[in-house]
Amino acid sequence: MSGWPILSLMTFLPAAGALLILAARWSSSGQHAGHDTGVKWIAFIVTLATLALNLVALSQFDAHQPGFQLVERVPWGAGLEYHMGVDQMSMALLLLTNFLMPLCILASWSIEKQVSAYMMLFLALQTLMQGVFAAMDIVLFYVFFEGGLIPMFILIGVWGGKNRVYAAFKFFLYTLIGSVLMLVALILMAIMAKTTSIPEITAFAQQGGFSKNLQIWLWLAFFSSFAVKMPMWPVHTWLPDAHVEAPTAGSVILAGVLLKMGGYGFLRFSLPMFPDASAYFTPLVFVMSVIAIIYASLVAFRQTDIKKLIAYSSVAHMGFVTMGIFAGTEQGVQGAIFQMLSHGVIASALFLVVGVIYDRMHTREIAAYGGLVHRMPVYAAIFLLFTMGNVGLPGTSGFIGEILTMTGTFPVNAWVTAGAATGVILSAVYALTLYRKVAFGKLENPALASIADLNAREWVIFVPLVVATLVLGFAPMIALDFTKASTQAILAGYDVFAAR
Amino acid sequence: MEAELLARLTADLAWIRPELLLAGFALLGTLVGAWMGDRASGLLSGLCAIALVVAAYFAWQVRPAEPHTVFNGALSIDGFSAYAKTVIALAAAATLLLGADHFARRNERRFEFPVLIALSAVGMFVMVSANDLITLYVGLELQSLAAYVLAAFRRDDARSSEAGLKYFVLGALASGLLLYGSSLIYGFAGSVRFDEIATAAGQGGVGLIFGLVFLVCGLAFKMSAAPFHMWTPDVYEGAPTPVTAFFAAAPKLAAVALLARVLYGPFAGLEAQWQQVIIALSGISLLVGAFIALAQTNIKRLMAYSSIHNMGFALMALAAGTEKGMSAALIYMTIYLPTTIGAFAGILAMRRDGKDVETIDDLAGLASRKPWLAMLLTVLFFSVAGIPPLAGFFGKLVTFQAAVDGGLWPLAVVAALATVISAAYYLNIIKVMWVNAPAPAFQSSGPTIAVTAGLATLLVFPVLVVGFGWIEQAALFAASSSFP
Repeated sequence: MSGWPILSLMTFLPAAGALLILAARWSSSGQHAGHDTGVKWIAFIVTLATLALNLVALSQFDAHQPGFQLVERVPWGAGLEYHMGVDQMSMALLLLTNFLMPLCILASWSIEKQVSAYMMLFLALQTLMQGVFAAMDIVLFYVFFEGGLIPMFILIGVWGGKNRVYAAFKFFLYTLIGSVLMLVALILMAIMAKTTSIPEITAFAQQGGFSKNLQIWLWLAFFSSFAVKMPMWPVHTWLPDAHVEAPTAGSVILAGVLLKMGGYGFLRFSLPMFPDASAYFTPLVFVMSVIAIIYASLVAFRQTDIKKLIAYSSVAHMGFVTMGIFAGTEQGVQGAIFQMLSHGVIASALFLVVGVIYDRMHTREIAAYGGLVHRMPVYAAIFLLFTMGNVGLPGTSGFIGEILTMTGTFPVNAWVTAGAATGVILSAVYALTLYRKVAFGKLENPALASIADLNAREWVIFVPLVVATLVLGFAPMIALDFTKASTQAILAGYDVFAAR
Repeated sequence: MEAELLARLTADLAWIRPELLLAGFALLGTLVGAWMGDRASGLLSGLCAIALVVAAYFAWQVRPAEPHTVFNGALSIDGFSAYAKTVIALAAAATLLLGADHFARRNERRFEFPVLIALSAVGMFVMVSANDLITLYVGLELQSLAAYVLAAFRRDDARSSEAGLKYFVLGALASGLLLYGSSLIYGFAGSVRFDEIATAAGQGGVGLIFGLVFLVCGLAFKMSAAPFHMWTPDVYEGAPTPVTAFFAAAPKLAAVALLARVLYGPFAGLEAQWQQVIIALSGISLLVGAFIALAQTNIKRLMAYSSIHNMGFALMALAAGTEKGMSAALIYMTIYLPTTIGAFAGILAMRRDGKDVETIDDLAGLASRKPWLAMLLTVLFFSVAGIPPLAGFFGKLVTFQAAVDGGLWPLAVVAALATVISAAYYLNIIKVMWVNAPAPAFQSSGPTIAVTAGLATLLVFPVLVVGFGWIEQAALFAASSSFP
């Protein structure tokens, strides 16, 4: 299949699937009983096919060659270009996205309200998310980056929990305000560099195209967008609301993929394009990261809602990512990318774990559970594994990400590393407490007496996630060797200028 | 001698085919209407739509690479005017069809409706071709007079009459300002012709600047830029909805084009002076349109503030004072028109128990009652909010580009923040449609309304995104072929 525009195919396949569902809806008016199940199957097959295409793309991809590969470049008019390509970092994140999507569709099998619209939005979202990681043109990047807001807004607003409208608005407006400032900065950069291509702007920037003063403003504009997406303290407050109110699959996509866009943006834009400003702002980012790690962990400890607790733990884990990125060392950046992948798997899995009991009991209150291990032993075992991954137990992928970001940061700033290390302990406090309250103890709530263990569909969801967590934990070099070339390319530009 | 004059006249007439066609239709239509009465309205609406489409075709055909003036320099036919006329005629045709359906449903068909739309279109054509102050005023007044009557079209309805009267009184005031400015300009430049004013403006002079400011105020009123926007919400709310749709679309583009023509043509030499005025108008419109719309419950009033906000974007592009800025304003308006017409088609479909309803809450739960309509409106409102990958984003993108390119990045930041505020109220509409408990269903709407909404959505969604480069080319040609 070489010679095919494989990136575009895999990016737009889900969108085509969405159109197919639309056409099916048009022809049948959604009346007969089997329609919804059919729609779910279409969505599932489309996401599987996308994953397959991604693997094909991977087979054509050279893991050791720096720079962008599988490039497609077509003029689009108005000085814009349709310019796609991937390096190792984007390929890894694409794999993560396409790996999680079929699981999300499976986790959404219990949705009954407006199934066609739900699945269409999910598939559209997949197209947009892939586009973010595959775009090599800044305007194209922005189109995908921002376009994801539309399906997320409707998904949270329509299929979410009680307080969903507030959460949807908060999510949308918070993210938008960061992004529009980035848009103005993007335009200014494109005008100065006379191109919209990301590698060309990077080259222009590394030849000193942007003065330090200008870099500081541009960096702040990008930061306003990525910090919200990340999310970093103190602009993280949209995340717990959005997570809690989103449907399970929506939470998975939020935690698994959308949060990674912030880290991806820092690595793709902030570090290589504004090296002076990045070095200048490193202390700020460090402080914000450490506060995020400690503060969010403490807040997580006090939560009564399971999803909210996991959401705050996401904020803490993303603190490790920003810390590692701005440490500017190879270990730090490699660790940050690894932590993004690992968190994508583990946090997604935890939300799916919560989804299982939510489907059965329709509550996320910690107090409503207890003693699940007696009725659901398999479930409890899986929950334990992912809790341990969240804590960062050696042997799970969570450990590698945390230890690498910390060793990467230590030579740069030992105090910051020490602060972050307390976060590791705190994460054990809240995660193990949660596990004890939900899984252990006596089965006191009478409604739990008849709760059933995992069914076949849920087995299918969890097995790949368990495998991914353990494989990344025991053999992290699979991922680390893969992303090495892109990390070195990113840092090559940064080091020269940061040293200046 | 006479033969030569006649030959020149016929040659000139060939250049203004679109105007002649529409003016001829208006005269003939009045005649037919006087004879057949309101029975003729269906026929005339159809014919008028055809005439408008043909006029658009004619206008597109006469696209000289170099500006060509006719009637002793009264009108300038160039790429710019051709582009504007084409878009205006198509937008007017679309709103005409919306109106025909709407009035037929309410048994309010009157033959004057198509005739007035045609006259208004002629006025707009003259506006965008104007090459001296007299033509400018004549075109503007022809368009406005037709609009005043249209606003009061439902003559036994108090709100409609009020809208017409209010529009007329305030419009007359704006015309007065404009005429006063014109007389100052004439006094200081010694001519009403744009090329001679341009020569005078090159030498500067306080008198000209005074005149220019009055002129810009008059035009700002016509395009409903804040702080000259006060009439807009009341007129939008009071006028029959198809008329509001018409006001919100074609005349806005005509006013923006006229302003561009005045600023970039005769007053190019005073750019440093008018730029400040336009920046102020743009910034105030952006913020007023964004903040006050938040408090609206009537969807037509909300659209009024939304159009004020959108005018801010067009003005921001013009404020850049570059060719790029001009083409950006044209592109912005071109993308804005189908979106707003589509939104009004949706508003026209809001009909319950034989009555039109127009509060935002009436849309509650539309997604479960009429999923297709809700989907179309969702796409359209996301597009107006400027969220990619919809066309509205590309409109905003080019205006941002023009502003940043022209060194106006503080204004661009204000516009960016105002966009976020405006997104809140578009989101609110979408939320009401998708989340709120369903209100009773709407009656089914006429075929043209459904088709228009669908077509607008198609334009906003994939077609414009793919064809964006094409629009950009056309607008760039329009901007570059017209001014030195």
